[in-house]
Amino acid sequence: MTMRPLLRILGAALVGAALIAVLSMKLNAFRDYQIAEIAVDVTAVAGLTVLTGLSGQISLGNGAFMAIGAYTTALLLLHLGWPFIAVLVIAAIVTAAAGAIVGVAAARLHGPYLAGATLMLGVALPSLANADQGIFGGDQGLNVVYSAPGFLGVNFPLTRWQAWVCSAVAIVVLVLLANLARSRVGRNWRAVRDDEVAAALAGVNVARARVLAFVVSATCAGMAGALLAVITGLVAPGAFTITLSIALLTAVVIGGLGSLSGAIWGSLVIVLLPTYATDVATSHGLSTTVASNIPVAAYGVVLILVMLIFPQGIQGGVLWLPRRFGISTAPARQPVSTEPHEKEGTE
Amino acid sequence: MVEFLQFTLGGVSFGMIYAAIALSLVLIWRGTRLLNFAQGGMAMFTTFIALEVIYRTGSYWAGFVVALAAGIVLGAAAEFAVIRPTLGKPELNAVIVTIGLLILLEGLAGIFYGGQFRSFPTAFSDIGLRAGSTPLGVSRFDVFVAAAVLATTLLLAVGFRYTSAGLRMRAAAFNAEVARLSGIRVARVITVGWALAGLLGALAGVLVSPATFLYPNSMDSIFVFGFTAAVIGGLDSPVGAVIGGLLLGVVLNIAGGYLGADVTALIALGILVVVLMIRPSGLFSGARVRRV
Repeated sequence: MTMRPLLRILGAALVGAALIAVLSMKLNAFRDYQIAEIAVDVTAVAGLTVLTGLSGQISLGNGAFMAIGAYTTALLLLHLGWPFIAVLVIAAIVTAAAGAIVGVAAARLHGPYLAGATLMLGVALPSLANADQGIFGGDQGLNVVYSAPGFLGVNFPLTRWQAWVCSAVAIVVLVLLANLARSRVGRNWRAVRDDEVAAALAGVNVARARVLAFVVSATCAGMAGALLAVITGLVAPGAFTITLSIALLTAVVIGGLGSLSGAIWGSLVIVLLPTYATDVATSHGLSTTVASNIPVAAYGVVLILVMLIFPQGIQGGVLWLPRRFGISTAPARQPVSTEPHEKEGTE
Repeated sequence: MVEFLQFTLGGVSFGMIYAAIALSLVLIWRGTRLLNFAQGGMAMFTTFIALEVIYRTGSYWAGFVVALAAGIVLGAAAEFAVIRPTLGKPELNAVIVTIGLLILLEGLAGIFYGGQFRSFPTAFSDIGLRAGSTPLGVSRFDVFVAAAVLATTLLLAVGFRYTSAGLRMRAAAFNAEVARLSGIRVARVITVGWALAGLLGALAGVLVSPATFLYPNSMDSIFVFGFTAAVIGGLDSPVGAVIGGLLLGVVLNIAGGYLGADVTALIALGILVVVLMIRPSGLFSGARVRRV
């Protein structure tokens, strides 16, 4: 009985991997690159889903952890030339340590105070790149060279290899997080999110649970940053603006707070929607100023509408639609409750 | 020493801008328990409206007044149209709606005005004032900036303290349920709070744009520092917002003056971390119990 969820997760992972393998071979190089981008975002968004959706802590600074992972990757590849898998592990360890520091500092903060502190972290950390231009390359950043392995042949498209590597990492992360969420650790997070006092009374170490959530989320963001470094080939502060951190949180909520499937939906939205809207605008022969800004405005409208129409995010809508039309999905799991978990008020 | 004085005085006018944004966030927080990420975007948009009016009429003050009026309308309309439907839903939803509103406003500004930087006029001379032969590091316009925000803040404070509308707003912020039971139309009070926040934001936008230029993202960093000021002061405290804004403006201007502009974000993070380590709910949060 206890094996069934694990089997279902692994099955879903295999289906996902097969789907991506087929898609990456059918689609062109640009679409392969988009698959890689989506996989990078899924990795980061899944981590933030755990932090915000399961442990109830908000972060507007996960872009900073992505920056740490990306710079670690760039420096290791540049100076030591290690294989990427080793670099990825080191990047994960470094960002986990950074996440632990931030998590400890943030353990007493709640709601908007945590949001403010992490937002400022996201703004301030990339500016460190200018502190030592010799090491971090200032605003120009660092170039990263990463090519497909030789055994695939010289003609193997680089973007397809990038799509494979990023998707593999994203799938492994999703499987690990799905198991973690179902384990004692995940239950402790949910207990802390729903009621800190009750969780503490039930023997949950609240502080440890909160810090651990930050570590897990930072590690995911760090790995996403490492992947981003190798697919874009450039690590510069301009890639890790506050817009990135806000897009990650947006993906978490739009997809469905607390749901790992929602992390996939949310990443699809934040990667594909702007490109799609730009395509539509330019194909209608609008001037570049208008054409480049219509997607921005449309993106804003979609965020507002999704939140008003599907309060539980896209995943909530996906679960709701079949039931609405009388089709019962076999394991009709309720989306994780996202009731306001914290109310501050003057007594 | 003279340099230090110049940096301090110069920081006051930026501090008052941060204070205005912080105060607008506090007004909304007290009514709706929501962080309005669109506050900077709304200010940017009303400033574009002001620029359009100034361009057409040739009068700075016509633009100034229209911007403030547009801020009131935009704040109330935003609350009524997109924020009210999200209340009672998961609380992050309303936050994402304000982010959507921010992106929508920036997109609209880009469609109408493009992305280029536009200069914005000042009401008074922006030539530095001098005491004898010593430059003070501030201009007549900087004095006007500080005075305008201060006057608006004091007017709001008096309004909250001594008028019945102000009493209703304080009651609704203190306890919405009890206020509703005593006959206050809480929803309407909240809309008024958003309108006043829109006015403060519009004021900040018009006052800061001569220094930052005006473009679709021009208010982003002002918003971040205004938000930081509100968090430092405590999101429930209007006094805290003003003091937080002044503190941040002055310290950042001094630090930026001596160490270069690159460090300002790091210094702001440092101040924020220190303050929140000591007081996790900001400097001026009252004695409070966090309900779980």
